[in-house]
Amino acid sequence: MSLEKPYSDIPGTVIFDADQARKGYHLNQFCMSLMKADNRTRFKRDERAYLDEWQMSEDQKRAVLARDYNRMIELGGNIYFLSKLFSTDGKSFQYTAATMTGMTQEAYATMMLNGGRSPEGNRRVGEAPAGEGK
Amino acid sequence: MARITAGVATSHVPAIGAALDNGRASEPYWKPLFAGYDFSKKWIARQKPDVAVLVYNDHASAFSLDIVPTFAIGCAASFQPADEGWGPRPVPVVEGHPELASHIAQSVIQQDFDLTIINRMDVDHGLTVPMSLMFGQTERWPVRVIPLAVNVVLFPPPSGRRCFELGKAIRRAVESFDEDLNVQIWGTGGMSHQLQGPRAGLINKEWDNRWLDRLIDDPEELAKMPHIEYLREAGSEGVELVMWLIMRGALDAKVRTVHRFYHVPASNTAVGHIILENGQ
Repeated sequence: MSLEKPYSDIPGTVIFDADQARKGYHLNQFCMSLMKADNRTRFKRDERAYLDEWQMSEDQKRAVLARDYNRMIELGGNIYFLSKLFSTDGKSFQYTAATMTGMTQEAYATMMLNGGRSPEGNRRVGEAPAGEGK
Repeated sequence: MARITAGVATSHVPAIGAALDNGRASEPYWKPLFAGYDFSKKWIARQKPDVAVLVYNDHASAFSLDIVPTFAIGCAASFQPADEGWGPRPVPVVEGHPELASHIAQSVIQQDFDLTIINRMDVDHGLTVPMSLMFGQTERWPVRVIPLAVNVVLFPPPSGRRCFELGKAIRRAVESFDEDLNVQIWGTGGMSHQLQGPRAGLINKEWDNRWLDRLIDDPEELAKMPHIEYLREAGSEGVELVMWLIMRGALDAKVRTVHRFYHVPASNTAVGHIILENGQ
């Protein structure tokens, strides 16, 4: 029997559950290694060579090299593990979140200052967007 | 006898720590946020707690995917601030309370809560940001801390009900400790936020405030809220709020709300902060 996943219809969201964690184990452990300054230095010197030390899929390595965070999450990455990667790049949670929404940094920051993304129209896939009735 | 006198809950956004550490707390963006804690700093200076049982979650700092404990209690004498990828925060070492921590572990395990015991652990922003918010920048933290780490990273976290009941068990444990200690319980994380995917930036002010109302007045019912409601209404990371139910479970059924604050945004997150006192 498979696990019930009532969260699979939340738009634009991947819940980091046991299945994702299994897919992303080596990707996340690679990220974790960047908590050590020596490893950050080695990674920065030659990213590809450093990644090749890990049992990650080629897709995962490409996503890391491209800093494609949505793709990394799809492939089993978790945002708190991935934070070691963007911290190594000197980037913030807000910078990284913005890149995942397809918005510019400025537009995303403005949205947050204006109270954030509304839950209206964002609870379920196929839900009527805000302001367009039921 | 040791007793739990009050509960403190607050969000633990890493950018708050960075703003403080980099001297940006008085900037227009951050000023209203820190102002929400002015009362709290004065309040806690009067309260002088001996120990805080600090419920938080580790963000892939102490726990990799090798071991993911649902509930873990820090029994060490001290805990170093973690290097989360940009070097450790310049904050004091966190001093523990090994005797009370071990007592709580033993007591709540015998009450059917199978805590993982941690004797060496670094603590990340989840624990140190609430400390900074309550005590500001200081040479030495004026309270000893028992870290209680809850898994809210790998789904599913423990249920709200389980968290609430754990709070009750912790209270019974504290009250059976012989030394006369003023103990607080802190719940951290939340409120609504989502850090990942195209839905990142989700904030639900109405839901957050209703949740706070219910936390104060109707926690037994609130504890029954299923995870899916947190995920839909408060974002994928909003489910951290179950940790506040551990704090609430350790307090009286009727509490006195001495402070309540809500602010949007801190980076990607809605910040909530509440102080509840026992013995009204």
